Amino acid sequence: MKTESSAVDINRNIGDFFYPEAHVRDAGAGLSERTVHYISDVKEDPDWVREYRLRGLKTFLEKPLPTHWASKDLEAIDFDKIRYYLSPGTEAKRSWDEVPEDIKRTFERLGIPEQERKFLAGVEAQFDSEAVYSNIKKAVGEQGVIFVGSTEGLKNYPEIFRKWFGKVIPIADNKFSALNSAVFSGGSFIYVPPGVKVKHPLQAYFRINAENFGQFERTLIIADEGSEVTYMEGCTAPKFNTPTLHSAVVELVALKGAKIQYITVQNWASNVFNLVTKRGLAHENAEVKWIDCNIGSRLTMKYPSVIMKGRKARGEVLSIALANDGQHQDTGAKMIHAADETTSNIVSKSISIGKGRATYRGLVHVPKHLKHCKNNTECDALLINATSRTDTYPAITVRGTGNAVQHEASVSQVSSEQIFYMQQRGLTEAQAMSLSVNGFVNDLVRQFPMEYSVELKRLIELEMEGSVG
Amino acid sequence: MKELNIEKLHIAVGDQEIVRGLTLRVPRGEVHALMGPNGSGKSTLAKVLAGHPDYHVTAGKILMDGEDLLELEPDERARRGLFLAFQYPSEIPGVTIANFLRAALQSRLPEGGELEATDYYAKLYEKMELLGMDRSFTSRAVNEGFSGGEKKRTEILQLAMLEPKYAVLDETDSGLDIDALKTVAHGVNSLRGPDLGILLITHYQRLLNYIVPDHVHVMVAGRIVRSGRKELALELEERGYDWARDGAVEPAFR
Repeated sequence: MKTESSAVDINRNIGDFFYPEAHVRDAGAGLSERTVHYISDVKEDPDWVREYRLRGLKTFLEKPLPTHWASKDLEAIDFDKIRYYLSPGTEAKRSWDEVPEDIKRTFERLGIPEQERKFLAGVEAQFDSEAVYSNIKKAVGEQGVIFVGSTEGLKNYPEIFRKWFGKVIPIADNKFSALNSAVFSGGSFIYVPPGVKVKHPLQAYFRINAENFGQFERTLIIADEGSEVTYMEGCTAPKFNTPTLHSAVVELVALKGAKIQYITVQNWASNVFNLVTKRGLAHENAEVKWIDCNIGSRLTMKYPSVIMKGRKARGEVLSIALANDGQHQDTGAKMIHAADETTSNIVSKSISIGKGRATYRGLVHVPKHLKHCKNNTECDALLINATSRTDTYPAITVRGTGNAVQHEASVSQVSSEQIFYMQQRGLTEAQAMSLSVNGFVNDLVRQFPMEYSVELKRLIELEMEGSVG
Repeated sequence: MKELNIEKLHIAVGDQEIVRGLTLRVPRGEVHALMGPNGSGKSTLAKVLAGHPDYHVTAGKILMDGEDLLELEPDERARRGLFLAFQYPSEIPGVTIANFLRAALQSRLPEGGELEATDYYAKLYEKMELLGMDRSFTSRAVNEGFSGGEKKRTEILQLAMLEPKYAVLDETDSGLDIDALKTVAHGVNSLRGPDLGILLITHYQRLLNYIVPDHVHVMVAGRIVRSGRKELALELEERGYDWARDGAVEPAFR
């Protein structure tokens, strides 16, 4: 079925191109204290950030790879060959006209300026290590909303930035959060003042252009009391022959009564290791909702989490993972209940195609002293071929009385009878497959903003076309 | 040559031959009933016409308006104008009837062609009314949680929307109560006309009181043993399949 050409053009074909590098700042290959100092020097970090980075490096070097539970494929990452910082050496521009020509053309090909005009409240575009463009609609800025890159955030808004930075995800959370803490660059810093409801989404677009490169953006979003914000991120990279690393850390803070919705459509090329730590802190009556779609990458390990710290806080993760040949989507969710009457909801759908592998890891924690907490977990897997694989590892700890938890899991297959039935109505095998897959994720996709649901359907079609016949 | 022409067809599943030299012609504009006991090969024939991959045609031909159907994939046959109303339609979780039919119609348009949404819904609602279906049905997932009657109505709705040249109705009456049967028959009758050939596969004569065929064929053990006018169905009802088998003759026309 043809969908209308969508506003969010980020499919693999469109993303698979690159321009020659023109980086002025290059930390070189490999990671040492020298690398960290180089980054700190270039970015003119305050001392506390430099120290923070060095602590990150130390922790990273000390921690082993988590291969005792995670994929051995992690060992294919050669940390000595990766370049940890590359930038054109200019500050993020407020107008596309000032962005260097090649970079501007990259984002035009990805359709970003067009989307910005159509439906976004603000856009940040990151090219390798740094934001090259960052702008917010005037009306939104006038409400006091801050939307800048992380470097600019820590320089210009130190009192808010420092208060929350690294508080939701500590350096030592895991090996890759430590790595990010050492070499982070780029990402967004957002602050929404009390009571301000940002109507249209803010969007960041992360683009990797260089080979043998690692992108380590750091995003911090603070929604002050009673405010609301939706943030969307998209990502692409050209397909290189050597592994590329993307290892972000995203921290969300929703203060009393605030709502944050964070949407990801990840469509990295199939050589990218995507190892991301995402966590939100929900205060009293606040809501953190992750909508997480993983289509691309070689290996994704990502388990968006919500810590429900205040009474009646809510956490939600809606995720879709599509694992094609040669891909492993190791995704899931963590819900930490830390106050009474907190509720969480996890809906995870995965599709495995060919030899693709989808893994769900879920953690739900409700300690003994809490009352009236609720969790609902639903994870459904769809297997397309006999060689496709899915695994589910739910870890649910609910203690005490008066808490309710519900877990449902299903594995289904697209049957040959179903495909034959659809073919009998005129659909090709690939169209039938893609319609079945879209049907499988349909109830979830309906909850996404329009622009993203259309795009997601199209991405699924593209994946199915390549996998049949 | 506007006909569905099945010639000396042999079909096997594994080692077992199920259809053994079947010859049948359904010209456009006519309704042919194919009757037979369980296991006579009726449903196998229906699936093979549609191109089901589990069955093998070991000999014989199937031509649709002169074109060799056996050379075509199931979806190509469908787009060229062959429709099968399934005895046991598949469920398609999460795909609404409206979206499914839209995709099916879209697949018939030339590359880059777009379906006119307003016209599409107008036609869909008109056909649903004909079949006594509530409009809310369009947003239900295809066959998911449907009753037997709802499934059969949905098959006929698809037939009405896709406007094929030939329709094979496989046991469309099974599992229907008398009211549902009448509604379905009314739907089929309204589609009758010079542009549509219908092969009506049924176990019972009952359906033929409501959809009156032009010709009746009796199939036993993979072959047509008798052919005649609509009266044959009544005679068969009275005398049983043993009678039909005992008096086996070559098909009436070939």
